[in-house]
Amino acid sequence: MATLAATAPRAVKTASPGIWLPAYSLWVREIVRFYRQKARVAGVIASPLIFWVVLGAGFAHSFNTGAGSSSHYLGYFFPGSVAMIVLFTAIFSMMSLIQDRNEGFLLSVLAAPVSRSSIVLGKVLGGATLAAIQGIIFLVFAPLVGVHMTPVAIALSILAIVMISFELTALGFAIAWPMDSTQAFHAIVNMLLIPLWLLSGSLFPLSGAAGWMRFCMMLNPLTYGVEALRGALFPDTPTQFSLPVNLAVTAVFCLLTFAAAWAIVNRRTNKPSA
Amino acid sequence: MATLSEHPSAKIRAGEIPGRMPIELDRVSHNYGDRLALDNLSFAVQPAEIFGLLGPNGSGKTTLFRILSTLMVPSGGTARIEGFDVSREPNRARQQTGIVFQARSLDLKLTVAENLKHQGHLYGLRGETLKTRSAEVLQRVGLSDRANEYVETLSGGMQRRVELAKGLIHSPAVLLLDEPSTGLDPGARRDMWQYLKTLRDQEGVSILVTTHLMEEAEHCDRLAILNQGTLVALGSPLQLKSAIGGDVVLFETASPEAARTLAERMGARFGVQPSVLGSTVRLERPDGHRLVTTVVEAFPGEIDGISVARPSLEDVFIQRTGHRFWTDAGEKEA
Repeated sequence: MATLAATAPRAVKTASPGIWLPAYSLWVREIVRFYRQKARVAGVIASPLIFWVVLGAGFAHSFNTGAGSSSHYLGYFFPGSVAMIVLFTAIFSMMSLIQDRNEGFLLSVLAAPVSRSSIVLGKVLGGATLAAIQGIIFLVFAPLVGVHMTPVAIALSILAIVMISFELTALGFAIAWPMDSTQAFHAIVNMLLIPLWLLSGSLFPLSGAAGWMRFCMMLNPLTYGVEALRGALFPDTPTQFSLPVNLAVTAVFCLLTFAAAWAIVNRRTNKPSA
Repeated sequence: MATLSEHPSAKIRAGEIPGRMPIELDRVSHNYGDRLALDNLSFAVQPAEIFGLLGPNGSGKTTLFRILSTLMVPSGGTARIEGFDVSREPNRARQQTGIVFQARSLDLKLTVAENLKHQGHLYGLRGETLKTRSAEVLQRVGLSDRANEYVETLSGGMQRRVELAKGLIHSPAVLLLDEPSTGLDPGARRDMWQYLKTLRDQEGVSILVTTHLMEEAEHCDRLAILNQGTLVALGSPLQLKSAIGGDVVLFETASPEAARTLAERMGARFGVQPSVLGSTVRLERPDGHRLVTTVVEAFPGEIDGISVARPSLEDVFIQRTGHRFWTDAGEKEA
């Protein structure tokens, strides 16, 4: 401040802010921005509710032919519903990245002495938190499809939801980073995400699929997340892979998608970067 | 800087040690594909000066600004900030630099204080230090009473001041501003320049400002004038203007052809070398007013209008490049 004379020696600052402080700050920003936009808050709480009411009502009447079959399928479909809700929130929360870029906010973050992994971590954790909250809210309906909500089931489901949220948000980040328009993002997302969900075992089981479809399902990161969630909620129903395998594969996909996002952000080019 | 205490009697100003200039460019070039945007630029910004980067659109100002703010790696040469190479040690260079971008970079959904807090975190400030510093910069830009208001409720001029506060939160040694007066009314512009001068005088901050406005460039201690990626002039506004001999005399004629004929005939008759810009004949003379009468008497009826003026920065630009500041060629890079 004013106490310094014109020729006062300036200390050369070399301290780095580290990884966690900027990541924490970016995470806080995502959450604060979220709850300041009341429409988004309303959407997060209302959309699972509406989804379930419509779905439940539809299934109850349409598949009422065989005794018990509709409730059985509703149970099968439950983990897939959670995955779908998480998928949309996770990916679309990364649309904020394009907005940050267009509004100029991202520029000041990129010009700060912040490691790029810190930027990815902050944004992805922010988006993942919101997606996970929505997925966890949806668990309230689990008892309606005959799930015994034991503490273990709750803990494992939350773990699976958090991991699904993280991997999908990181995927969304990697897709959104090079884009400059939300329209282009929508186009890519619809092309990629709908099949990702359809082929995740959400609608029909992996065991029933054959040939190329089975192959695609095996490669799909979401398959293992949905299986893990199913295993956590219905420990007695057999799944394709065991719960630990599903959780481990999902964890690996979390790392892979994060690494992909990190690699994309780290490209320093001699073209305008933002 | 450390050199001050090491050589107390030598009267060397800290930044005058090679490699420790606030900003130093060494043969910096940049090309976008085939188009050369910066061509072998070399100059240095001295400590505690306001340095202007003046040029029309497309002159390479924006490209250079991107390189200095570490958002882009130059295709050739080295740019250093406080001795740190912006391509090799971007994070060290970033620590030393405060940046105010031309476009808004604030988060509208956050309050003024929250924006500053976030920015502080990015530069490793936290806790009490951050709170104190945030209050200081807000007081500096006269927005202490607005700290808890949402940025979206502030006027454009106030948002610019918050941007400035944001760029200064980590007490940088070097401040980069890209077209800082964009969208400011004359009063706010004056305030901003006053504030930049205070920063320079009281805190010894070295400031680089890009501008395409001549009257803005007049505020700078020194100027680099860019044209199509090359450095065409470097010096204080006064030096640059006085390098032009005396007055600038302009003769308006009816058409470009008439101007060319007049210039040739003037050359033949008075032994001068006028230049032609559209339908205007332009001449630099120490005794401009005397020449005017002679020329008008010599070529009656060929001259529609005459002006004699002290040289402006635009005249410097015309003299060094042979064309006007605003030309169609300048529209390439917007």
